[in-house]
Amino acid sequence: MNKIPNRQAICEVLMEKAKEDKDIVVLCSDSRGSASLTPFANEYPKQFVEVGIAEQNLVSIAAGLAKCKKKPFAASPACFLSTRSYEQAKVDCAYSNTNVTLIGISGGISYGALGMSHHSAQDIAAMSAIPNMRVYLPSDRFQTAKLIEALLKDEKPAYIRVGRNPVEDVYTEENCPFEMDKATVITEGTDVAIIACGEMVGPAVQAAELLKAEGISASVVDMYCVKPLDKEAIVKAAGNAKLVVTVEEHAPFGGLGSMVSQVVAGECPKKVVNLALPDAPVITGTSKEVFDYYGLNGEGIVKTVKENL
Amino acid sequence: MQNLKALSYDLRKNVIDMIVEGKGGHIGGDMSVMDILVELYFEQMNISPENMDDPDRDRFVMSKGHSVEALYAVLAAKGFFPIEQVIKEFSKFGSKFIGHPNNKLPGIEMNSGSLGHGLPVCVGMALAGKMDERDYRVYTVMGDGELAEGSVWEGAMAAHQYKLDNLCAIVDRNRLQISGCTEDVMAHDSQEERWSSFGWHVISINGNDYKELKAAFDEAKTVKGAPTVIIANTVKGCGSPVMENKAGWHHKVPNAEEYAQIMKDLEAGKEAALHE
Repeated sequence: MNKIPNRQAICEVLMEKAKEDKDIVVLCSDSRGSASLTPFANEYPKQFVEVGIAEQNLVSIAAGLAKCKKKPFAASPACFLSTRSYEQAKVDCAYSNTNVTLIGISGGISYGALGMSHHSAQDIAAMSAIPNMRVYLPSDRFQTAKLIEALLKDEKPAYIRVGRNPVEDVYTEENCPFEMDKATVITEGTDVAIIACGEMVGPAVQAAELLKAEGISASVVDMYCVKPLDKEAIVKAAGNAKLVVTVEEHAPFGGLGSMVSQVVAGECPKKVVNLALPDAPVITGTSKEVFDYYGLNGEGIVKTVKENL
Repeated sequence: MQNLKALSYDLRKNVIDMIVEGKGGHIGGDMSVMDILVELYFEQMNISPENMDDPDRDRFVMSKGHSVEALYAVLAAKGFFPIEQVIKEFSKFGSKFIGHPNNKLPGIEMNSGSLGHGLPVCVGMALAGKMDERDYRVYTVMGDGELAEGSVWEGAMAAHQYKLDNLCAIVDRNRLQISGCTEDVMAHDSQEERWSSFGWHVISINGNDYKELKAAFDEAKTVKGAPTVIIANTVKGCGSPVMENKAGWHHKVPNAEEYAQIMKDLEAGKEAALHE
């Protein structure tokens, strides 16, 4: 059982890179603990900016730093970062084209019992609708680390969402294939294409194993790059299958499911079923309890596949 | 030394032509802010087409982005692009010269338009200057109506927290916004107390007077350990009685008769400035 959450993987990469790169700046909005960035703040106080509980300020200050050649990473709970400071993300990061990486922590329904104010089930839709904003939901700690390394190499704005809790490893340290803005095909199959992002990739892999035991061949695509969406990978996986199932920790509108459906409808029409959270405040519980309740787990995906094949 | 006051009347004329040709623009605020911009670009800041990539250049963000016509006139006068092109293309189909600042144009650092963004962005720029131990200064101009945006005060808090004495904000205090008098819409009186309670050094001046503008910016440079705000009390529509202190001229295109009178008044203002 992995005990390292993706947010901690982000901190580890940034601390390693900051040894050499004095332009890396981390910003938090009273969120350094939640973001696992306290070690960075302690080790590199001159490269750390605390803005207090002020998410709009967090994003605008990051943009100003980026305009002066800094490489800011602004970390705040995804629920606030993707809505309270939405306009700052739109105008100061995307429109002004500043090299800001927004890190939405405790994303999706990670905050469980804290309620809808603390859930970010709309962030994919909101951020993806902004021109020049990229959206990434890495699946595990190894992929998260590779993504941060890749983002350090370019100078464009991006939004990343990671969850609060440790997630089961999808990859291993030695075997984590990663190409920037290209989905990772984990398994290939001919009956169903399961396309997932973020924390839902683990359950998708589990579903493929369960389906295999029942003689159903599934491909699993880790679409960590929700925007720019890897259309080629979708068309390839969907083209080989009879059914497409998308799985995401997001509202049913405007997320991965909507985007995949758009591509499949236009390029290789066939049935697409979207598994997502409901269009309602979610039931109270831990992430696992909530996912189980809505069928966002291995068994739930298997059930959906069998009902629709 | 250049007669900045006389120059400002010529640039106001450019703005009027832009707005008439483009059939729209925030004319009143352009007129009130013009002297602030002219003083900044021609006397205070080291910004020119030649040094746009110099890490030591001063930084400017037009937070009240709707007064972009005034900024275009000033940037054209600094040689960033020809004024004839701006007047011909402003707001037209496919134009680069849109109704709010856009950093695809030379001389513009940040896009704005939505209010309450400039100050927090400048906090970031000023912080970068401190981190890199560079001497550049960071300036932003806000409108007084803009001060109702909560994000302004988030930026004000952070600038004080980080002792950003390389940051200078200017409030174009023309006392009018689109719906009428600022004090009726959302009161902003006691500006000095508001800003000083946030830990800022405050200087109040007549923002259409070059002697006072120069003295204020010079004073700001001497302040250590705190950001400075200049409350520039200005006249909305400054330059012609046709527009002055009239809320209706926040966004209005002069008709032929008004155009003739405004241009006459601006020319008279320039003549008077040349003989002061």
